[in-house]
Amino acid sequence: MSRIGKVIPELFKSLTSAPATVDFPKSAVPVPPDYRGKPVLIQEKCTGCGLCQRDCPAAAIEMVDVGAKRPKPAFDYGRCAFCAQCAESCRSDAIVITGEHHLAAFSREALRAAPRPEKKEEEPQEPAAEQE
Amino acid sequence: MMAKYTLPVGPQHPALKEPESFWFKVEGEVIVDVDIRLGYNHRGIEKACESRNYIQCLYLIERICGICSHSHTTAFAQCVEEIAGLEIPARAKYIRVIVGELERLHSHLLWLGVAGHEIGFDTLFMYSWRDREAVLDLLELITGNRVNYAINTIGGVRRDIDGPKREQILSQLDLLADRAKFYADLVTTDSTCLARLENVAKFSAEQARAFGTVGPTARASGIDLDVRRDDPYAAYGEMPFKVIISDRGDLLGRAIVRLEEIGESIKILKYALQNLPDGPLTVKAPRKVPAGEAVSRYEAPRGEDIHYVRADGSDHPERVKVRAPTMANIYAIGESMKGSYVADIPIIIASIDPCFSCTDRMIKIVRQESGEARTMTWEELRQYGIRWYQQ
Repeated sequence: MSRIGKVIPELFKSLTSAPATVDFPKSAVPVPPDYRGKPVLIQEKCTGCGLCQRDCPAAAIEMVDVGAKRPKPAFDYGRCAFCAQCAESCRSDAIVITGEHHLAAFSREALRAAPRPEKKEEEPQEPAAEQE
Repeated sequence: MMAKYTLPVGPQHPALKEPESFWFKVEGEVIVDVDIRLGYNHRGIEKACESRNYIQCLYLIERICGICSHSHTTAFAQCVEEIAGLEIPARAKYIRVIVGELERLHSHLLWLGVAGHEIGFDTLFMYSWRDREAVLDLLELITGNRVNYAINTIGGVRRDIDGPKREQILSQLDLLADRAKFYADLVTTDSTCLARLENVAKFSAEQARAFGTVGPTARASGIDLDVRRDDPYAAYGEMPFKVIISDRGDLLGRAIVRLEEIGESIKILKYALQNLPDGPLTVKAPRKVPAGEAVSRYEAPRGEDIHYVRADGSDHPERVKVRAPTMANIYAIGESMKGSYVADIPIIIASIDPCFSCTDRMIKIVRQESGEARTMTWEELRQYGIRWYQQ
């Protein structure tokens, strides 16, 4: 019953098949549409209730003063566990989960995204959360 | 008569929740006694839960084990739901079963790869991990994460499985079933596997019961034990599957049980996906859970996982207690090692699937009488085992 070579035909099959890995960073594995990547704040929708901070399991969200009536969340992606609970807890859909997952940076500061100041009326735009 | 050595293995096994130190008393190549010491890498997760609210606890509990993460959150969520008196919707129960079984698939394929690596059959390791990628892709598709799926929440699940996702999972399952059959065939016929697994570390049903083993380790010794059937949780009461038992009791038995369980998991997955009931995903859970306590059991890929939660009416638990399956199995491997060879240590430790990672472990060989010490890394011990069997 014991024999060698059950795996031999498998080896020959693998010789002609494409590699199972990709040549990163030249090409990347695509992520599914619902991938849990970087959470981003849509500041116009945010009411400053602080539920996201209360439920964040990694203490990655800090409510900071932006000059408006209530503080707004600042993200520390260095701490983020990418569980998307902040988006779940948010009652006004002000946090969206993007598919962005190449988040490596050279400093911890580059991994922080603060809400922009809200002194006067501004054009609605995405918060400055970009980093290399 | 050769001199008696004490061979310490560990204690730094950081991949485990219960990192252990094994002190082997060896006579020549034969292990005569094993002393197991636990508790080197205590993370304090249970205590940390007491200062977090229930939602935060879920994510912390999830990180007890990277491989059985769904098992731990489900067991914890079941406890909290029982205390709060919540009955989760049928669709949520089915989705918990689907993610749980996909987790079992990836865990068993991972184990097969690790076992292959430990016996020097790295081809098996590469093939089974390649196929495991397909399962991880499915998990990523459903939950958005490859590991630590975070699909559970108190009162249900967070994400739905819609039509296209269901079709995609079903289309992969047949392929995985073929692969599982191939591996089961390979492990039971290939001469490398038979030489290293057959009749090694035999463990009888009486011993397995006396040592309180759980999961595939117990089932491989002929103990008919599976929480999914004995105490159905989620939607397991409706699932058609049979509990795989082998009365071999050796390492080959543990491999056979795990590989055949893949087939049963695929059956469960097919049934659950085809009969996914309609309805909501969650019931509203209170932030403050009323005072009370609950115990829940879950059949994790490695065996029975037990969670205990006591609530005091606030938004954080008063006490959380976790008994992970490796805890139940660890003493059994110590006992089953007696009479085995030093070369078998890696595969016997790996045979209970103790969440092994590829990190190097330091092993110190101390000559008892003279105090002479030699230090080996895990990799050296593995190579030693392979070389020893090649002679």
